[in-house]
Amino acid sequence: MLEYLLSFLILTGAVFTFIGSLGLARLKDFYTRLHGPTKATTLGVGSLLIASALLFSTRGDGVSLHEVLVTLFLFITAPVSAHLLAKAALHLELPSLAPAPQEETHDRQAGNSRGPGPHKGA
Amino acid sequence: MLSWVIPVAFALVTAAVAMNFWRLIRGPSLPDRILALDTLYVNTIALLVLLGIHLASALYFEAALLIALMGFVGTVALCKYLLRGDIIE
Amino acid sequence: MRRLLPHPLLTPILALIWLLLNNSLSPGHILLGLLLGWFIPWFTLRFWPERVRIRRPLTLLRFIAVVLYDIVVANLSVARRILGRPAALRPAFVSVPLELKTELAISLLANTICLTPGTVSARLAPDRRCLLVHGLHVPDAGALVASIKQRYEAPLKEVFESC
Repeated sequence: MLEYLLSFLILTGAVFTFIGSLGLARLKDFYTRLHGPTKATTLGVGSLLIASALLFSTRGDGVSLHEVLVTLFLFITAPVSAHLLAKAALHLELPSLAPAPQEETHDRQAGNSRGPGPHKGA
Repeated sequence: MLSWVIPVAFALVTAAVAMNFWRLIRGPSLPDRILALDTLYVNTIALLVLLGIHLASALYFEAALLIALMGFVGTVALCKYLLRGDIIE
Repeated sequence: MRRLLPHPLLTPILALIWLLLNNSLSPGHILLGLLLGWFIPWFTLRFWPERVRIRRPLTLLRFIAVVLYDIVVANLSVARRILGRPAALRPAFVSVPLELKTELAISLLANTICLTPGTVSARLAPDRRCLLVHGLHVPDAGALVASIKQRYEAPLKEVFESC
């Protein structure tokens, strides 16, 4: 029973990691590419780490929960780096499939070429 | 069952790493390359965790934690560089 | 009290992280974790001038459960979109007007939007009135804004900003 659960978690993790990177390689513009890896990999690595915690907890030498720490850390940092990458891409005005946002032109008129402009993020 | 699941998982994650490398080399813009590097860190964590499961050793956990920490700092520093043209303000 | 224990919430969290890092529950580590949890907030007080108050812990728990559920469900849909035809995607930038005021609540909302697949928060307006969100597949922008406001913003407002 445990073996099936572990196998399921490991396979899910590997498949999601693979699909995330497939999105990175396959999609057409930067903004859509951003969605693949930052998301699918968090769930992928998350379930791999849960599998690892389960495996080491059931081997007999006590509960092993420190994998939770890596999961927690990834879940906190992944959105921050995704947000920063999206902000950097908007700042560099990378071409996108979606129509560009309105505020961008507004910002440019405000004379924001480089340096600390009105981009104050969270 | 685990005996065939783990090699399959290794193959999938390795293919993912290969695709990241492709995007890292090919990537038309700088954020693309940074994104590829960031994904590379995360996939390396996945590989290390898999190796830990395969070898039934908890030693690789510290390495995975360190890569998670350093990868995040690296990505943030590179993004800051793109946003401000400068890392330390 | 305020000077001795500036962040009552941070102390148990840091102690828990210390225990997880050491992977043990021995009394010595619990004591050391609590000491560190007391010392670090005290030492870094200048970086965190505001005290965080959680008003409705149950709402926060329900919010976390909703986010975890959304992560799993939306991951499946993003995976399907990646495997499907790229031409069928309809990415879009959507501007979400914000009702939140405090920094913590806004950054939590931005992180939640980034964490749930299919949406990335791209930029916060300088006056903090709206958040620019990029969606991978947005057939209906109004529905996306409504779901973000209802599922994530309302509970966050209740937890961190209700008076």
